[in-house]
Amino acid sequence: MNGLLGKKVGMTQVFDDQARQRNVTVLEVGPCTVVQVKTPERDGYSAAQLGFGPQKKERLTKPLQGHCAKAGVDAVRELKEFPVEDGEEVKVGDQLTAELFADVEYVDVTGATKGRGFQGVVRRYNFGGGRATHGSGTHRGPGSIGMKVSPARVFKGKKMPGHMGNTRVTTQNLRVVEVRPDDNVILVEGAVPGPVGGLVTVRKALKKAAKTS
Amino acid sequence: MNKAILDKINQEQLKKEDIPAFGVGDTVSVHVRIREGEKERIQVYTGVVIARDGGGSTETFTVRRISYGEGVERVFPLHAPTIAQIEVKRRGKIRRAKLYYLRGLSGKKARIKERRLS
Repeated sequence: MNGLLGKKVGMTQVFDDQARQRNVTVLEVGPCTVVQVKTPERDGYSAAQLGFGPQKKERLTKPLQGHCAKAGVDAVRELKEFPVEDGEEVKVGDQLTAELFADVEYVDVTGATKGRGFQGVVRRYNFGGGRATHGSGTHRGPGSIGMKVSPARVFKGKKMPGHMGNTRVTTQNLRVVEVRPDDNVILVEGAVPGPVGGLVTVRKALKKAAKTS
Repeated sequence: MNKAILDKINQEQLKKEDIPAFGVGDTVSVHVRIREGEKERIQVYTGVVIARDGGGSTETFTVRRISYGEGVERVFPLHAPTIAQIEVKRRGKIRRAKLYYLRGLSGKKARIKERRLS
């Protein structure tokens, strides 16, 4: 198992064992329940489906209720698959906690960024905007968006106003400062996408894996 | 939301020993632990507290002193383990929460009246 589902609790600062100040994000990871195990024989790949967060049974759709009932686990709020490494034994109903990260040095954290709504180009892409005075008619507009008769169209991908935020973002290689199995919490250095209380996926850092293990 | 966990972590970061009550305008000596390789020694930094910022485990204070004719300011986290001791040398009588105006003053103008406790 290389990761868990969790929740962003908030940010604070701690002093580490060398008395250095560390700015950390507190993440509540797990407990996650294994709801389904995918096997190469039946599904063509090896994975475990993890459930996270208690939820009232009535709030799930009937198919999801049945899915949980079949696994014999309590109703869960979120489901996500994680790859199972070779030689690892996973059973339906297993509980996974923050101890998974006990000897992990770096993690990647995925979350949905805070939604900013419909934003103009100044806020969305840091455009400079127009002149403030001297009869300028454009203050926060994008300016010219292309050329003339040729090519007679606006190129795809042109930066324009639109919806900003609420996108899936992964922050890589965050140092794990502390793991607290008692509270089911890990402390990672730096910021993590999303609001406080937002759902996050925490996995062992892909790009640091070779160095740490 | 699980604020309780956050509070617990912040609580643990607070300094175990007593921090003397001092405020802006006071003159303090901060004993700072400095590591040099394996050895550890204590350096004393004395000056006027010109600001206290934040609260809880992240609270900081700013100490200003004139060192070799040059104004120096250091910001210390109040609960930093590197601070061995804080000594209050002198209590100051002040009318501002932040004494940033001292930056523009020097010599006699930069003095702060002592507050006598009756």
